[in-house]
Amino acid sequence: MVALAETEASSLGVHGVSKSFPAPDDPFTRRQALGNISLSIAAGELVSLIGPSGCGKSTLLRLIAGLDFADSGEVLIGSERINEPGAERGLVFQDPNLFPWLTVRRNIEAGLVARGVLREKRNEVDEFMRLVGLEAFGDAYPHHLSGGMAQRVALARALIIHPKVLLLDEPLGALDAFTRMRMQDEVLRLWQTHRTTILFVTHDIDEAIYMSDRIMIMTQSPGRIDQTIANTLARPRDRSSPEFLRLRGNILELLHFAGNAPAANGT
Amino acid sequence: MSRAVSPSSPSLVESRPESNASQAIERRSALPWPMQLAVPVAALVTFGIHLLISSNAPPLETHSYMLLFWEILGVSIVLAIAQSFWTALRQWMRHMWPIFTAAILLIGFWDVITLGFHLLPLPYFPGPAVVLRSLISDRALLLDSTWHSLVLLLSGYTLGVIVGLVSGVCIGWSTSVRYWGMPLLKVVGPIPATAWIPLAMVVAPSAIVSAAGLVALAVWFPVTMLTASGISNTRASYLDVARTLGAGRGYLIFRVAIPAAVPNIFIGLFMGLGASFLTLVVAESVGVKSGLGWYVSWAQGWAEYAKVFAALIIMAGFFSTLMTLLFKIRDRMLVWQKGVIKW
Repeated sequence: MVALAETEASSLGVHGVSKSFPAPDDPFTRRQALGNISLSIAAGELVSLIGPSGCGKSTLLRLIAGLDFADSGEVLIGSERINEPGAERGLVFQDPNLFPWLTVRRNIEAGLVARGVLREKRNEVDEFMRLVGLEAFGDAYPHHLSGGMAQRVALARALIIHPKVLLLDEPLGALDAFTRMRMQDEVLRLWQTHRTTILFVTHDIDEAIYMSDRIMIMTQSPGRIDQTIANTLARPRDRSSPEFLRLRGNILELLHFAGNAPAANGT
Repeated sequence: MSRAVSPSSPSLVESRPESNASQAIERRSALPWPMQLAVPVAALVTFGIHLLISSNAPPLETHSYMLLFWEILGVSIVLAIAQSFWTALRQWMRHMWPIFTAAILLIGFWDVITLGFHLLPLPYFPGPAVVLRSLISDRALLLDSTWHSLVLLLSGYTLGVIVGLVSGVCIGWSTSVRYWGMPLLKVVGPIPATAWIPLAMVVAPSAIVSAAGLVALAVWFPVTMLTASGISNTRASYLDVARTLGAGRGYLIFRVAIPAAVPNIFIGLFMGLGASFLTLVVAESVGVKSGLGWYVSWAQGWAEYAKVFAALIIMAGFFSTLMTLLFKIRDRMLVWQKGVIKW
């Protein structure tokens, strides 16, 4: 770990961001996707954003990444306002999106090559391959990797450029339950060794409770942040502890899923 | 005579592997003797047929035809002995021998329907021995024509590919280039390159240049079209990922869009290669005074159809070699797609 340069985490601020898209059925009206969203995340914090699909979580993440532009409002990394994608913000999607024409090693190197710093940082490539446990697969092509392995490569590819803020858009959503729990620990381990700021979008409540310092709940049309819940459970967390389950109950209640759910075959 | 072949054919069927296990055993085991003998026997049969029907043919033709079959006989017997020590050779023979046997017998069939029963009109359809004689007697001119065709084809193809790649990338990447370039491409591109011959002969300083230009034009259209569609269909998420990694425009074009388009580009290269053969032969037969296309029309002018067939045989070998070469290049470049490396 000595060879790794320390990542300098940075705070993330979203101030009054709105975004609308043309309605699919009528191009002359616009549908509000995000309505006046504000949030702030401290440097080194891991915050989850949960909410139903279609509530604008991914839209918000794309705005923060700089891949799309907000209609109003601003996004700050530290004190700097962003207006285009940059290497200080890493983004990992649900689909690993590895470049299929590159080997695992070359995929991990991609960000270094893109910024022309591969020569100075070549030694870090091995470190990161070891960090995600893929040192034996450097010459493999992505289509030979399992879903979990591919997502580990995607994480290493995003982390090697030492982003100040790491944006994770349902990165474990496509994995089976066992791989998923292992990968949650993996992400936590990477977060703890790198101390980067993480905004973790998910629709899995357990995952949000297991991983994050705070949980933001988003509601839809227009997307806005409804509640923020501090999660002070001690780490490492136990998925079946009473505290864990109590917090889970609280969140379900906030989302109106708790208690006297109607019977499935109510006659 | 035909009965002499038939014992070998059932064993050819039997030797076909049924599973990986039986295949592995077969790899080690020797080639069954009917298979070892298939090619020499076929050579004897075909030459025997020729002897039966060629009593009136010129002795020179029969002589070179006989030499060919002596060579086939000799080489195949040497290989049949060598394969018992050399596993790679045995594998290759197991794969290729049925094809070679069939090819040799097909020559015999050709001999029967031309020289034997005169089923096809002369002088348009000479027998194989006459064609072989033409191949040998005219080898210097044929070799020279092949060389000229190769130079012309490669210069035209290379030019067309380079221009096609550049224009394809520009049209695929930039919306404004696509706006102006695509209509031009769609209207001008489908005109067969050979239709430009009258104009090309007027405009170009020499026939060679005009032919190279026509070949380039024939290659340019499919390469541009497929490259442009490959580039513009690059998955947006690959570009998004690259941008979040800090990639600039150069990286996005040369390290993301172009690699993503390579499978498409190769389809364009194959289509272009086919179009270039066609254009080459036509251009050579109307303007250029060299090359295989010219040779064919020249031989036709003298009604020497044996030479036409000789040139067709050379063309078949020449063009299929180039195709095979392009396949090999593709397999190397698209390793990531084919999954040659397995885990």
